Amino acid sequence: MNDKLLYSITAIFDSPDEIIHAAHETSSAGYTRFDVNTPYPVHGMDRAMNLKPTRLGFFSLVFGILGAASAILFMSWISLVDYPLVIGGKPFWSWPAFVPVAFEVTVLLVAVLTVVTMIVLYFKFPNNSHPLHDTPYMKRVSSDKFGISIQADDPKFNERDVSDFLGKLGGKEIAPVYFDTEDLGHGHRFFEPKFLLVLAVMAIVVSGGTYVIFNQIMFMEPFTWMSTQAKQKAQRPSELFKDGIGMRRPVQGTVARGFLPYAFTGNPDAAGRSLLNPLPMTKDVIERGKAGFLTYCSPCHGNFGAGDSRLRGQFPNPPTLHSDKVRNWPDGSIYHVITEGQNVMPSYASQISRDDRWAIVNYMRVMQRAHNAKESDLK
Amino acid sequence: MNNPVPDVGGKKELPSRVNSLGWLLLVTGIALAGLGYAVDPRRMAFDNVIGFLLVVSVAAGSVFLVALEYIGGAVWSVPMRRINEFLSSLTLLAPILAVPLFFHLHDIFHWLHPEALDSDAVLAGKSPYLNVNFLIIRFVAVFVLWNAFTYLFTRNSRRQDESGDPRLTTINIRLAAIFMPVFAITLTLTAIDWAMSLEPHWFSTIIGVYYFSGTVLAALSVATYIIVRLHENGYFPMLRRDHFYSLGALLFAFINFWAYIAFSQFLLIWYADLPEETFWFINRWHNGWEYVSVLLIIVHFAVPYFALLTQESKMDLKRLKLMSIWILVAHLLDLYWLVMPTYHESVSLSWTMLAFPVLFVGLTVVVLSYNMKRNNLVPIGDPKLARGLSFHL
Repeated sequence: MNDKLLYSITAIFDSPDEIIHAAHETSSAGYTRFDVNTPYPVHGMDRAMNLKPTRLGFFSLVFGILGAASAILFMSWISLVDYPLVIGGKPFWSWPAFVPVAFEVTVLLVAVLTVVTMIVLYFKFPNNSHPLHDTPYMKRVSSDKFGISIQADDPKFNERDVSDFLGKLGGKEIAPVYFDTEDLGHGHRFFEPKFLLVLAVMAIVVSGGTYVIFNQIMFMEPFTWMSTQAKQKAQRPSELFKDGIGMRRPVQGTVARGFLPYAFTGNPDAAGRSLLNPLPMTKDVIERGKAGFLTYCSPCHGNFGAGDSRLRGQFPNPPTLHSDKVRNWPDGSIYHVITEGQNVMPSYASQISRDDRWAIVNYMRVMQRAHNAKESDLK
Repeated sequence: MNNPVPDVGGKKELPSRVNSLGWLLLVTGIALAGLGYAVDPRRMAFDNVIGFLLVVSVAAGSVFLVALEYIGGAVWSVPMRRINEFLSSLTLLAPILAVPLFFHLHDIFHWLHPEALDSDAVLAGKSPYLNVNFLIIRFVAVFVLWNAFTYLFTRNSRRQDESGDPRLTTINIRLAAIFMPVFAITLTLTAIDWAMSLEPHWFSTIIGVYYFSGTVLAALSVATYIIVRLHENGYFPMLRRDHFYSLGALLFAFINFWAYIAFSQFLLIWYADLPEETFWFINRWHNGWEYVSVLLIIVHFAVPYFALLTQESKMDLKRLKLMSIWILVAHLLDLYWLVMPTYHESVSLSWTMLAFPVLFVGLTVVVLSYNMKRNNLVPIGDPKLARGLSFHL
């Protein structure tokens, strides 16, 4: 027992009331270096042990302010500097929307950091050994008993006096606890090689795992179905061509089919004069024009081109297509307006193909005629 | 009874001085209210709404706290439960305070004006609910229900004083289980009828919960103040720090609950940004109401939050007394903020605001003193009493 030192004298009690009483008597008797171990928190112990209020609450306050401030600053930075977006017509800096997030971050940070602080400050992390560990005493107080341990470094400590004192309080199984000299000086051993090694391993595992998950696993396809095909996709390199560019340019001096450049950009008069409708007035063409008209034109101009769609009144009014002006326009002018747009009407060149535009013009002519039918039409 | 119960039983009367003060305040309040109705009936009617809601808060909130103790099987509050029972008898008197309102309904409710109904499709659509007959039916039904439950709870509790029969506790637990959904619906109806329908175009589905959070705070703060004062004057010698800590913690919890609900209501309306909802908050953000709104956040949340944050402050009797009065005043401010923007678009102060708070304090003292004269201050027959007395955290 030469290398063993006395750590404390321990005693076991049966009920929370007894341990509160014992703790109160011990602190009243002038002992300051003692501890109480119970299987669950016993309320009122702080007062019975005459403990000073813990400093942990102060740390929690600091972490809470830190959490709230960082959340608000981060969201402000995002919404003012990094990526300003108008959301629901509200100002960029809309603080009410920050409140729930700031609250959550505050709670999270307080909870996690308070526990970490408690472990570091009071459990002396990373030190994981304590003389009371692996003692019969600890086995009892961590299941169903309540224990008190008066330490040998108490100024009033005297082995016999303490044993008698605990016996008088009604304690059972009064026993001394020894510890090895090598356990002496249990401070914060942050620079112990073993601890640093554990930290390094943890850092590698966490960062490596994060990398693998976000760069490999996230892009793994469990089944390819039909998403992988031997075809050239837009904006992708190609192995077929020498320069490796997938998106080819047209050969110089040629025009792709159906991509003839429009010659009358910004020149409606010339378009009206020069363009001729290539499509005949047949039933097929009119049906085709009707489909195009009902898809693209009727939402604003109305189903019959009278400018009476539901947009009326909510928007600059879409004009009627039965005005004298439009009726007297040559086909080319109508074609030009569909191609280029006019006033608030945008260009439909990308949505409606060239032939469909002419078919729509034909369909409009049919409606105009129906709308302003002559006597002779009725025959 | 085998449990060694300390001698806590018996009736303990309030000194006659306190009782006379209560009557004095009550009469003063009634006189002020009468004078107010003579001078400016419309203004007084709005103050009457606030006063009525304040008394309803304390009355209904006290019934709720009694039921909560039964349904939750709470032990710590048993020695003080009588205070809540005494206060819950205010439910019998609260409807009287609403009687003058029924003569001035036209002044407070815009939805009652026939010319408004004619030109307003929204109000016409709401008229199956918002009409005088149905209002009176709801008013009567709500108070009949509350009084019935109050009567049953307190009758069983008083019978237990003599018989000590634990089955009475079981009966009250079952009653409390029935009472909870009834309370949720009736309190929501009260909040809709007397707070929300002042602005008949506005609607908030959370208004019932919002008023509920204030209701519990008001009832709890009145009870806390009375309990601490009685303790200081030797009426409750057996109460300990643990009991007061629990009262303080409950106050603190409901402070947070109120803030949570109030902010939820604001956040949802602010987010959706629908004109039929936002105007209610816009009214409270102009013509001086913005100062009242900010003051409400500070008075109703920030100050009591920090004042009751630490463990020590929840056990400090001086702090508890101060904060319970503070929270009651905050609830009054909350009601003022809820009701008064309808009366006038800008903040208006008047001496008529004093009438009902004075009346309320007098009424509470008189009711308390009346009940203390006739009932035991502690439910001596309650099977949970011994555990309640030896309660520690």
